[in-house]
Amino acid sequence: MWSTPMSSGWFGRRARARSQDSVPDGIAQKCEGCDEIIFARELERNLKVCPKCGHHHRLSAKERLEITVDEGSFAEMDGDLLSVDPLGFPDYQEKLQKAQETTGLREAIITGEATLEGMPIVIGVADFGFMGGSMGSVYGEKVARSMERAAEKRRPIILFSASGGARMQEGLLALMQMAKTAAAVRRAADTKVPYISVLTSPTTGGVFASYASLGDVILAEPGAIVGFAGRRVGQQDAGVQLPANFQTSEFQHEHGFVDRIVSRKEMRRTLAFLLRFFVEGTQHGQ
Amino acid sequence: MASSFLDFERPIRELEALLDELRKPEKQAEARQQGIDLDAEIARLEAELRKAIEEVFARLTPWEQTLLSRHQERPYTFDYVRVMFDDFLELSGDRLADNDEAIVGGPAFLRGRPIMVIGHQKGRDLRERQRRNFGSARAEGYRKALRLARLAEKFDRPIISFVDTAAAAADLRAEEHGISEAIARNMAEFSALRVPIIAVVIGEGGSGGAIGVAVGDRVLMLEHAIYSVIPPEGCAAILWRDKSRAEEAAAALKLTAQDALELGVIEEVVPEPLGGAHRDLAVMASTLSDAILRHLREVEALSPDERLEERYRRFRRMGRWTVAPPVSPPSTESES
Repeated sequence: MWSTPMSSGWFGRRARARSQDSVPDGIAQKCEGCDEIIFARELERNLKVCPKCGHHHRLSAKERLEITVDEGSFAEMDGDLLSVDPLGFPDYQEKLQKAQETTGLREAIITGEATLEGMPIVIGVADFGFMGGSMGSVYGEKVARSMERAAEKRRPIILFSASGGARMQEGLLALMQMAKTAAAVRRAADTKVPYISVLTSPTTGGVFASYASLGDVILAEPGAIVGFAGRRVGQQDAGVQLPANFQTSEFQHEHGFVDRIVSRKEMRRTLAFLLRFFVEGTQHGQ
Repeated sequence: MASSFLDFERPIRELEALLDELRKPEKQAEARQQGIDLDAEIARLEAELRKAIEEVFARLTPWEQTLLSRHQERPYTFDYVRVMFDDFLELSGDRLADNDEAIVGGPAFLRGRPIMVIGHQKGRDLRERQRRNFGSARAEGYRKALRLARLAEKFDRPIISFVDTAAAAADLRAEEHGISEAIARNMAEFSALRVPIIAVVIGEGGSGGAIGVAVGDRVLMLEHAIYSVIPPEGCAAILWRDKSRAEEAAAALKLTAQDALELGVIEEVVPEPLGGAHRDLAVMASTLSDAILRHLREVEALSPDERLEERYRRFRRMGRWTVAPPVSPPSTESES
């Protein structure tokens, strides 16, 4: 029931493109969780989860899609939307261009239609590698259009977040994407379209404080950084001892803002279960 | 006379201090004895003062606007409530856990019209500021705002929201009680409330903390208010690892009221009295009441369904992008 179409394609390419790995490309790398050296092939076979400590390494949007939806079922929407530099912000255009070159993406989120265990869905996946997965005008627009598409086609929608928050370089227009996406979620809810929000590391700031916190069901990967202001940004009263799991998915789960912590291996199965619960015998997902 | 002023206000404050001195009865008496025409001197200084204010305020930098928006004497929500409204009754609590005093609200009458007011409240003295967490609300504050907004909807009363916060609270308790969820929920629910909503940024429009109570049919900004995705100091720290470059960041972020208008984020810049809202609260309050009632009449002319559609469109069209020809193999179906 759970088969992963793990072609070497994206994973191989991405692994080589990653410049921040402490151990250079090739056959082995250091686990970000336990510092153990792990073989790249073993890591990839294990969905980039460390076989030793269970640390979930970051996935690119394309890798995420590949292990989530039915093979070959994904059809991108709005892939032609391109960010501009509305404020004339210092170095923004250069940063965009660099992000496009290193990720091979046009923006920090990919959205489209697909099937999951044969059930039609709308899906969006953010990519932290693209300017920290930050939400600017294009990102917000794609989320809003996805919501509208889901409502219009009566299909469940799944959004994977991996984002540091609003894109500073787009100033107020980035802030407004929070309102835009939240309003779009609210409107889609009127049509009873199921919305599953999946928080992956990191989901913080303006993304966590907008559409990502509004899912009918909210799932999170284990150990993911999930919070409002980053641990360093947040102001703490003197003498307050922060819990060890502060601003992680476990912390949010403990306080009631995440329904379940779901390991990567279990994610597809969990999503499929929820989809069946929401759509079976209804007009959704036809 | 006020004790706190900003650097660029110094020439203004010095002239004012001099004028205050000359207006004292004992000085007047002294001048009469010596046969000095003090009235002429006062008139001359008043003209000079006016000129000094005009000069300073004609070329405020974005950073100076930022400082003004945080001015210690700047009117806060309760100041407007006191001067603008005939009557107001504060209501408390989110009915879930707590009463966060960084956000206040309750029923009021604006020139005889019943209106639900909500707004951030920063606090004047240190004790009040601490009690109100300097106007940085936690989840409970946003949930109180939503509760009052729903109350307004139930009894078909319009909502006016005064926005004035550096940022939402980001401490341990805020995180434990779901500050992110509360802000997200407010934006979603305010987008669907059936009564008219007018939001006014009166001071600092600080990021998520602001937008959490600023989804409405119309959003106005006072002339010297700011509205920003991140405080300039934070932006400078992230971009250049240097908080002292906040001045540059303030310019880059395009956070002034005029910028917001040009970006299509607000409907109107409400002019402040010369020298800023804090220099003449009565005039400011009256201008603001006029502006609010004018916008209210416009949005009330719509049916609730039309208003909701326009409110949705209002936020829906925000943002700028371009459409590129496909480069990577388009697996996509055509988009309408």
